Amino acid sequence: MAGNNVYEESPEEDTQRDKYLIFSLGRQFYGIEIEYVTEIIGLQPIAGIPDLPEYIKGIINLRGKIIPVMDVRLRFRMEPQPYNDRTCVIVIDILDEILGLIVESVSEVLPIPPEEIVPAPDSPGSGRFVTRIGKTAHGVKLLLDCAKLLRDAEPERPGNAIQPNE
Amino acid sequence: MSGSFPEESLLELFIFETLQSLQQLEDSILASEQQDSLKVEDINLIFRIMHTIKGSAAVMGYTNISALAHAMEDLFFYLRDHPKAPYDCSELSDLILQGIDFTKLETIKIRNGDPADGDASALADELAAYLQYLKNRSASEAAERDADAAKLQHSAGMRQAADAGAAGTSCYRALLRFEETCQLENIRAFTVIHRLDETLDCTFTFQPEDIIENPDSADVIRRDGFVIVLETAVRREVIADFLRNAPYVSVMELEQLQERPSAIQHLTPLMQETEQPLHTNELAARMPDFTLQTAGGKKPKESGNFPPAHQTMISVNVAKMDKLMDLIGELVIAETMVTQNPDLAAVSGTLDNFSKAARQLRKISAEMQDVVMSLRMVPLAATFHKMGRIVRDMTRKLNKEATLVILGEETEVDKNIIEHLSDPLMHLVRNALDHGIEPPEERLTAGKPRSGTVTLEAKHSGGDVMVMIRDDGKGLHRDKIVRRALENGLLTRDERELSDKEIFKLIFHPGFSTKDSVSEFSGRGVGMDVVVKDLEQVGGTATVDSVPGAGSTVTLRIPLTLAIVDAMNVGVGDSRFSLPTASIVRSFRPNAKDLLLDPHGNEWIMVRGGCYPVLRLHHLSGTARSTASIEEGILIMVEDEGRSLCLLADELLGQQQVVVKALPDYIQNSAGSKHFAGCTLLGDGSISLILDVIRLTSAMNTAAISY
Repeated sequence: MAGNNVYEESPEEDTQRDKYLIFSLGRQFYGIEIEYVTEIIGLQPIAGIPDLPEYIKGIINLRGKIIPVMDVRLRFRMEPQPYNDRTCVIVIDILDEILGLIVESVSEVLPIPPEEIVPAPDSPGSGRFVTRIGKTAHGVKLLLDCAKLLRDAEPERPGNAIQPNE
Repeated sequence: MSGSFPEESLLELFIFETLQSLQQLEDSILASEQQDSLKVEDINLIFRIMHTIKGSAAVMGYTNISALAHAMEDLFFYLRDHPKAPYDCSELSDLILQGIDFTKLETIKIRNGDPADGDASALADELAAYLQYLKNRSASEAAERDADAAKLQHSAGMRQAADAGAAGTSCYRALLRFEETCQLENIRAFTVIHRLDETLDCTFTFQPEDIIENPDSADVIRRDGFVIVLETAVRREVIADFLRNAPYVSVMELEQLQERPSAIQHLTPLMQETEQPLHTNELAARMPDFTLQTAGGKKPKESGNFPPAHQTMISVNVAKMDKLMDLIGELVIAETMVTQNPDLAAVSGTLDNFSKAARQLRKISAEMQDVVMSLRMVPLAATFHKMGRIVRDMTRKLNKEATLVILGEETEVDKNIIEHLSDPLMHLVRNALDHGIEPPEERLTAGKPRSGTVTLEAKHSGGDVMVMIRDDGKGLHRDKIVRRALENGLLTRDERELSDKEIFKLIFHPGFSTKDSVSEFSGRGVGMDVVVKDLEQVGGTATVDSVPGAGSTVTLRIPLTLAIVDAMNVGVGDSRFSLPTASIVRSFRPNAKDLLLDPHGNEWIMVRGGCYPVLRLHHLSGTARSTASIEEGILIMVEDEGRSLCLLADELLGQQQVVVKALPDYIQNSAGSKHFAGCTLLGDGSISLILDVIRLTSAMNTAAISY
C-alpha cells in the first residue's frame, strides 16, 4: 500500500489517519480530522439567505457547486470579527453534506498520534464541539467533532440523530 | 432467494434493464391486445426480452424470476414458430401481464434491498398448461387443415398424390436468393440450413451441396440461387415465414412438390429457369411433375434483422449528467472571466482578433449548454403509456368501458420531474375511471357513447408544461363536495363565497373523499392529496375544472425543467435575485403617493386602480438594510393563478436563461429557504437566488382554503 508517501493524493485511509488540519480562532488553535477536509479556499462572495441561524452566513459557489458556509467563530458564540485576507474557508465533506467553515486562518496539517490525545472535559456550553484535546510540541490543539458542527445547525431537528441521506 | 451477493453496480444494471424491458414488454402486449393479434415482431420482441431476463436473473441468482421468465419464453418460443397457433389474445395478455407484474414486483423488492421471495411456480405452471393447450389445439387444427387441403386437391382434379395427406408430411422446394451485397453466400446458406435443422422438424437436402467445403459455391449460389428440398409436417406458411426471415435472404420462392423427388438431380435443370420468377407458369406447364404455388416470394426481409434502433441509445447515470451540467456552467463562467478580464483593458490597441475568437468561443459554449440541457429532457410518452395498463386493468375490474387518448406525448420534461409525475398521473387516471366514467348502461341513458374516454394531454405553456387529465364522465358535484367538506370541517368560509374552482380544490385536501363506497382502486381518501404533495415537490400545482354530466379536467402545471429557467435578474443591495420571466407581469417605477400602509405595517400599492401587496426584497437578502425610499427602487409585479404581488428591487439586471441549482439540503431544511425555488450562478460567478413566485404570492395573499 502506498501509505508512506504523504505527497501522494491517495484515498487510502492510512495517509490520512491521525492527521489534523489546524486552524486558528483568536489565540486558540483547533484541529479537525483531515479525512473530512476536501479543500481550503479563500473567502468567496457569500449570498445571504434570510431566517437562517446567524452562524450560517449563506451560500457560496464552489466551482459550480452551491455550498453553505458557516462562520465558526459565531458557531462558538464568539464575537464576530471582520473578515480579512487571511480569512479562509475550509471545505469539509461530512455525512454527505458539503459545508464551508469560515475560519480566521489555517496554519498547518499536523500528525497527532492517538496516545497524545485526551478526551475533553465535559463542560457545558461551547465545550460540546470540542471532544478531544491533542498535545503537540507547539502547544495544545482543540480537536473538533465535525458532525456536531453540522448536526445542531439543523433547526428543524434539534439535537436529533442524523440521517446520512437527507 | 437471492443466494449470492452480487456486485452493487451489476445489480443496479440488472434492475434498470429489467424494469426497462418489462415496460417495453408491457407496452407491446397492450398494443397487441388492442389489435387482438400478436405481430411477428411482437412475438420476437417478447421472446427476446424474456430470454434476456431469464439469463440475467439466473446470473444474479434470482431463480424465481428466471423460472417464470423461462416459462414465458417457452410459450413464446412456440408462438414464434407457430404464428398461426390458435391463441386467444386476451387470455394470453392476461397471463403475460401477470408474469410482468410478478417480475416487476420482485425487481422492486430487490431494488429496495428486500429478498426476492415471491413464488412464481403457480404462474409458471399456468403458462406451461396454456402452452400445452395451444400445442394440442394447433395439432388437431393442423390435421384438419391437411385433410382439407387434400380434399381440395382432389376436387381440383389435380394430379393425385396418394401419399400427400396420408403421412401428414409434404414436400417443398425452396429457392433462396441472398442480398447482392451480403458476400459469402455459402456461409449464409449454411446458416439457413443450420437454423432450419434447429428450429423446424424436417428432413431436407440442398443444392449446391458443398457449401462449406467449397468457397466457389458462393458464386454458384449468387448465380443460380440456393435450393432446399425439404419434407416436413410443418405447415407451409411456417416454412415460408422462416425462410423469408432468414438473415440476408432477399428472394424466397417456395413450392409444394406433389411427388417426392427421389434425388435432387431432378431439380437442377429447374434452377436456371427460375432465375426469372416471371416464368413460373410456363415452367409449370413444362414440368408436369410439379404443382407450382409461389408463396408471395419477393417480400423483403421484415423482422429477420431487428432494426438497430436500440443500439443507438445509451443510458447514463444522472449523477454524471449533473456533473456535466455543473462543468458547463463553470465553463460559461470561466469564459466570461476570460473575455471580460480587466487586464484586457490595459492592452493598448484594438482587440479585433481576440473579440472574434471570443465570439466563436461563446457561440460554442452556448451551443454546448443547450445540448447538455436537452440531454436531460425526456418525452412524456413513456409515462403516459404506462397509464394504458391502468385503464385496461381498471375497466376490466370495474366493468366499465373506456379508452385512453394520449395527446402531446412528445412534450419533453426534465428527467427529475418525470419521476415525480408518474404517481400523481396514476392517481388521477384511477380517479377518473373510478369516480368519473360511468358504467356503460348509465352512459347510454345519459346519451353518451357507451365507452368513456380518458384523455391525457401535455403541452407547453410559457415556462411550464401543462398536463391535463380529462374524462367525459359524470363530473364533480359541487353540493356533494360542500357537504363532505362541512362534515369534515374543511370549510373555513361560507361556501357561497367560494368559486367552483375553490370548491373543487377541496378534493385535494388530505382525508377527503366523496365516494360513498370504498373500491379497490380509490375512494379511501388517500390519493388526491398525494397528487398535490408530489407535485409541490417539483414546484407544480393542480387545478380542477368540472362540468356536471360532462366530465372533469384536472390540470397539472409543472415547470418545464428544474434545471433551466428563463429568468429576470434583479439586484438588491449586494444580493441578486432571479424571477421566472413567465410570472412577471410588468415592472415600473413606483410613486410614493401610491403606497399604502395597513395597521399591521404591511405595504400595499395602488396600480391602475388595483391594490397589490408589496414585498421588499431587502427583507429576503439576509442582510438587514435600512428601508430605502420606494421611489428609488423598481417594482416588479408578479402573478400566479390570478394572485399578484409587487416586489421591490433596486435595479433590473437583465434577462437570461439560468441554470437552476438546488439549495444545499442543509439550507433547505431551514425556514429561510421557503422563499426560494433554488439558486443559480450568474455570468460573473456570483450566486443569485431564484424566488419561488408561487409560494410568495400565495403567502402574501390570504388563501381562501388552507391546505
